[in-house]
Formats: sequence, C-alpha cells, structure tokens
Amino acid sequence: MIELKNAGFNYGGRDILSDMTLRLSPGSFHFLTGPSGSGKTTLLNLCYQALMPTTGMVRIFEQDVRAMTRDDVARVRRRIGVVHQNCQFLDHISVRDNLTLPLSVSGRESEVDQGNVDDLLGWVGLSERGDALPPELSGGERQRAALARAIIMSPDLILADEPTGNVDWEMAQRLIALLVELNRMGKTILIATHDLNLIRNTKSEVSARVLRISNTKLQLAGADL
Amino acid sequence: MERLRSIFEVFSGDTNADRVVPPSGFTSRLTSFTAGAMAFLTVFALALSLATGRLADRWDAELARTSTIRIAAPEGQLAAQSEAVLEVLRTTPGIASARVMSDAEQRKLLEPWFGPDLPLDTLPVPRLIEVLEEGKGPDMVGLKLRLSAEAPGAVLDDHTRWRKPLVNAATRLRLLGLVSILLIAGSMGAMITLAAQSALAANGQVIGVLRLIGARDVYIARAFVRRFTLRALIGAAIGTGLAMIGVAFMPAPAEEGAFLTGLGFVGWHWVLPVFVPVIAAIVAFWATRLAAFRALSRLS
Repeated sequence: MIELKNAGFNYGGRDILSDMTLRLSPGSFHFLTGPSGSGKTTLLNLCYQALMPTTGMVRIFEQDVRAMTRDDVARVRRRIGVVHQNCQFLDHISVRDNLTLPLSVSGRESEVDQGNVDDLLGWVGLSERGDALPPELSGGERQRAALARAIIMSPDLILADEPTGNVDWEMAQRLIALLVELNRMGKTILIATHDLNLIRNTKSEVSARVLRISNTKLQLAGADL
Repeated sequence: MERLRSIFEVFSGDTNADRVVPPSGFTSRLTSFTAGAMAFLTVFALALSLATGRLADRWDAELARTSTIRIAAPEGQLAAQSEAVLEVLRTTPGIASARVMSDAEQRKLLEPWFGPDLPLDTLPVPRLIEVLEEGKGPDMVGLKLRLSAEAPGAVLDDHTRWRKPLVNAATRLRLLGLVSILLIAGSMGAMITLAAQSALAANGQVIGVLRLIGARDVYIARAFVRRFTLRALIGAAIGTGLAMIGVAFMPAPAEEGAFLTGLGFVGWHWVLPVFVPVIAAIVAFWATRLAAFRALSRLS
C-alpha cells in the first residue's frame, strides 16, 4: 500500500529523514512515535505526496511518486484520509459541508446521505456543531471534524498526525476506538503520536506495530511499547 | 471535447465547485466594473468603426460614378464653350448624362463659404457641368484631350484626386476602430488574469484543503473560472446595455451634420453589440482558466 525504500528528505542542507525503509500492508495498524521535531509529520507528508523524497523511493498504491501526474496525486489522495495537527477547512462553509466536500470533489455528491453525516458527526461528538462554521470550533473540535472528513470517503489508508493532541482523555479513547474499528474493517492506519499511554492502551485492543524515528532513522520501538 | 464540456459546465452550473471559493466582494465588483467599462468602450468603437465603414463605402460609390467639368472662360465665350463641352460629352462612350449646374445649385455649393446672399452673376464664377458615368466610364485621358481642343477653358475633375484620400482616411479609421476593439479585449483579458491571480493567491488555504482531499486541478480551476466568467458576462451585459442606450440617443444621420451625425448603428448592425458580452465571457473564461492552471501547477 505504502512502500518507502531508502527514502530520505533533506531541507536546507539538513537531513530530516534518511534511509527510511517501511512497508504499510493493507489492514495493518502502525503507530509512529519519536520526540518533537524528529520528522514524524515529514514522514506522513511523504506518505501522501505532500512532499517528495529527496533520496530513495516512495510508492503509494503501487505507484512511484516521482512518476505521478497531478491528477494521479489527486486520485491517490481520495484513497487516503489525512488528519493534520493543524487541520485546515474551508472557513466559509459549515462543518457539515466541509465533511461532505471530499465526496463532492470526487464526483460522488449523490452518495451524500445526511443521515450518515449525522451519524458521523455523532461518532466524533459534533452532533450539535454541524451547522457551525469551522472558525467557531475549538482546537479539539477541529481535530474531530478533520477525522470525520478523513473517513467519510471510506479511504483505504488513514494518516493521522497527533489526532488526540487537543482532546480530553475520554474523547481520545473514543477517537482511537473509531480508528480501531476502521482497522477491523480492513483499513490501514498510521498514527503519529508522542502519547505513549495512548499507544499502550490501543495495543491492548489491536495488533499494532510501533515505529520510532530517532536521529533521522526509522526503527521498531522496544518491547516496553 | 473536454474543453467544450468545461465551457458548458461554466454556464450549466457546477454549484459545488462554485461554493468552494469564498465570496470576495471587492474583487467581484472590480471584475464586473472592468468588464462593463470595456464593453461600453467596445460598443462605441464598434459604432465608430461601422459608421466610418459606411462613410467610406458611400463616398467611394457616390464619387466614383461622377465627375465635374469646370469651365473658366471670358463672359462672352462661356455659353459657347459650355455647349461645346456638352457636345463632346454627348459623343463620348461611357457617359450616361451631363448637365450644366444651375446658378441656384452653384450658389448652394458656395453657401457654406460665402453665405446665402452671394451675388453669383457679378462674380467670375466658373460654370460647372456635372457628368454621370455608366459602364466602365469614359477614357479620361482621351476626354481631357478632346476637351482641351474643343473648349480650352474646360478642366475635367474626375474626383480621384480627393476621393482616394477621403476613402483611405475612412478605411483607416475603420481599421483603427477594429484594432481598438482587439486592444480592449486584450486589456480586459489582462485585467481579469490579474484579478484571477490575486484571487488564487488570496485563497491559498482553500486550494490547499481541496488538494488535500483529492480535488483535481480542473475542479479547483473550474470554481474560479465559473465565478470570473459570470462576473465578466454580467458586467459586460450591463456595459453593453448602457452603451447601446447611449448610441440610440446619438443624433440621426443628417445632411447638415455629415459624418458626426451618423455614428449610430443602422439596421442589422444593432445585433452586433449583443455579441460583446459573449466575447467578454469567452475572454474571461480563457484568461481565468490559463491563470488558474498556471498558478495551480506551481503548488504541491
């Protein structure tokens, strides 16, 4: 699904990531951890072609990112749900419309079912906020809305960057439970987080690999996780 | 086919694509105003161009078929030389008719310069003979030779000397009008390109979100293209309407006013301004589309 082979990313003459080799198989669940600034977000960006590797190879859904056209990138991104740390929305349309936007841009607007949208809003605890504009949401609410938007297309792969960073423990558990449920449905999940308790709790629910970035390199985390 | 479809979609209304671009009041008004002003100028340039075209054709047609013979002779010989000239003309192939202009007609011709009370009989005014040609017209060189032999005071003026510069001037004025229309269209395209680029730059976050969720460039471009095309269409329609009202109130063609009173549209020419908003919309469509794709290709 996602394959990195000796991939690296260099910015301003400094190696952010180097010699990364990773394979995300369909249906797998991965955590990506490491200290702040270690390159977790950069690695996620490489996985949906927001960044191009400066060395090595990255393949997304069997396609080499260097050979992709802009339309190819768009098509690939429809199969990937991305939740950013700083989630961006279209600020002039409602949360509900933002959620259904991925369906609109991919020509599947007829599949929009307001009942399902309401269920999704309920799942992420935003039942009462569907008609609000994104600037009216708190940080945590924005992250939950971003997760809802990421999964509305039923993507094959979900990339989440600190998805529980701005929510309380109870909501964090609920969001992780949602991701675990999606993984059981066959979706591939990659979550970047520095919250080790969250990783430990989740590992009791699902078989997850934990990867750590240290000194620009990727390694399997120890048995303590 | 893809391009035709995208043109059609601009008007058929992909409102979802349109919805993703936030409303921007100032840019919107500026684009509509620019399109309106340009359409207004285009209609006037068109009216000027068509009027000069008509004038050139009229001068060409009217003056090409006539010539004038001027007889300047001592008073005692004037009648004899006039008769001699008429006789020559009667026997010249290519002449349909010839007649001596009356004193009243000559007075009318001189009236703009000397006033209405010109005592023509006391002035040494040459006698004028109006000649109407037929077919390919007479052999002018031969006619001039015969006239100089039969009536030494007769001078043949076939109007070529001043008809050509007039017709040339009118033709060039028409060409200038058409060039002005092209320049106006080009300027409008440039202004709409700048407005579209500004709108694209101001909506970087919107474009980023759309790319993140898998929008193709054509989807994003369509949203901007639709908005700018409709703004240009509406602005140009208003500008054209106002200009047509202005042209309709221009003075009707009159003998006294000559060129300046015939600047409006005549007959089916009134249909032509209707195409101005359509052309403005097409210019806006391509200007925005090119600007959008160029801007998007620079983004990741």
